Amino acid sequence: MNLEVFLIVAAALFCVGLFGALTQQSIVMLMMGLELMLGGVILAAGAAWHYIAPATADGQVLVVVAITAMAVEMAIGFAVVTALFRSREVDMTDMAAELRE
Amino acid sequence: MTTAAFWILAVLAVAGGVMVFRFDSMARATFSLLTALLCVGGELIVLGLEYLGIVTVLMMTIEMAIMAVFMIMFMMNPAGLMPMTMVHNKRGAAALCVTAFVLLVAGILLAPWPRRRGRAPADPTTDLGMALMGPQMLTMMTLGMALFATIVATVVLATRRGRYERYGDDLRATRPDDPVRGGVGR
Repeated sequence: MNLEVFLIVAAALFCVGLFGALTQQSIVMLMMGLELMLGGVILAAGAAWHYIAPATADGQVLVVVAITAMAVEMAIGFAVVTALFRSREVDMTDMAAELRE
Repeated sequence: MTTAAFWILAVLAVAGGVMVFRFDSMARATFSLLTALLCVGGELIVLGLEYLGIVTVLMMTIEMAIMAVFMIMFMMNPAGLMPMTMVHNKRGAAALCVTAFVLLVAGILLAPWPRRRGRAPADPTTDLGMALMGPQMLTMMTLGMALFATIVATVVLATRRGRYERYGDDLRATRPDDPVRGGVGR
């Protein structure tokens, strides 16, 4: 095992998540894609800590930041879905597009 | 041993990630995502970050449990009794993701990664705690503020009727506009 293998697995997770975030129409499924992308970031940060600079804690702090970003994304995402559903009974991205105009 | 653990977890993580978007059932997709993220936590433990790995595992378990509740609340097909595809622009997204993956892998393989400097401390968790309470205090405070702002924003977004609905946009209404009048004569 080396840094490259870990980073390739992280890149695979990130790209699968990106695919989900781009294609899924349901907002909850879209958030799952974002979670997967952040999972890839967590793995990459952990691998960078272990293989590049294990003596300092910066890589670990990066993992903490990514985990927090995950929690924030989840909470705000569900709050937005709740607000959207309450105001227009919508849970799909394409139906919530009137702001685009 | 660690090599075997790494490969098993890596294959499970990526397979779980792929299956999230292939299952018909929302509940199955949630648990597939849980598998993928648990494997990410396991990989952190393989890397020697026991504390952060366990934090990830615990957080993801609870998060997916909450997600399953929201799924059942909002989704039309939580049980997967009928086939379901709700996707748009699949081909373009697939091309984009494959391109991104190829570029990332090329970058990973071609980049001159620095050599490992220093060695891991005996207890990385202590190291992390000392960093967060010392030189990385600003990061910790920013995270704290972000989480607090999230709590406030979540409550504001999820509230059905707040004071602006009751007292008007300028909060000047003398009587609150409630569907049912209060019982104390107001």
